[in-house]
Amino acid sequence: MTGEQITFLVVALATLGSALMVVTTRNLIHAALWLIATLFSVAVIFALLSASFLAVVQVVVYIGAIAILFIFAVMLTRKDMRDQSPQLNKNWWAGALLAVLTFGGLYALLQGWSGLSRTVADIPSGFDAVAELGTELTSFTGYVLPFEVASVLLVAALVGAVYVAFNPRSGNIRK
Amino acid sequence: MIPLSWYLILSAALFSVGLFGVLSRRNAVAILLGIELMLNSVNINLVSFWRYGDVTQMAGQVFAIIVFAVAAAEVSVGLALVISVYRRRNTVIADEIDLMKW
Repeated sequence: MTGEQITFLVVALATLGSALMVVTTRNLIHAALWLIATLFSVAVIFALLSASFLAVVQVVVYIGAIAILFIFAVMLTRKDMRDQSPQLNKNWWAGALLAVLTFGGLYALLQGWSGLSRTVADIPSGFDAVAELGTELTSFTGYVLPFEVASVLLVAALVGAVYVAFNPRSGNIRK
Repeated sequence: MIPLSWYLILSAALFSVGLFGVLSRRNAVAILLGIELMLNSVNINLVSFWRYGDVTQMAGQVFAIIVFAVAAAEVSVGLALVISVYRRRNTVIADEIDLMKW
């Protein structure tokens, strides 16, 4: 066991443990806070994979924007957060069975794949992954078209979200 | 040295946990939380295949960035729909939003 492996195992346990808390805890505010813990652990996984830009984006975009949006949404719909009815639906066992079967199927599929024990290659010296990523995202021989389509999608989705959530009778909140 | 399989198994486990959340929670906001977990597990897969393949090919990281953008779009529209439904029907329980149920 090297230090890298121990780090990975600790972070993987933190990821899975906080993810389980996200799907099982009763209080939705706590679920959103556990989601922040999960997202931060995934950022550490990205750092272990030497994807430094993605680790930063994970913290800034996911934790800074998406998780905060979740907390806002939970607070705006908090009537159902307090009620005593069960948080899981009556078919939760079927969901659990399907999730276990999915994991088992993926695990069995991975066992039959020859590239599974592949080890990591050294990053060539002088190779700057962040600069390369920026070049690829903006060059016409690279991925400029998918990148621009993603930005148009984001604008369209945000305009749609404002339209859907807009209340024409603002100031007249119905009880 | 961490073998590629560790990352893939972590990703598969995180995906399954998210799937359980999507299928079993009653609150619509909690269902969206499960979808976020599934999208994150996909990102772990993409980045680990980038790292363990040819590092000079950036397709894995580029696709992960597009997944970030799609996740932000999905969560903003989803939460706007949940808030709109809550305003009109005063519930966020997915079973009770059955206006279109046949």
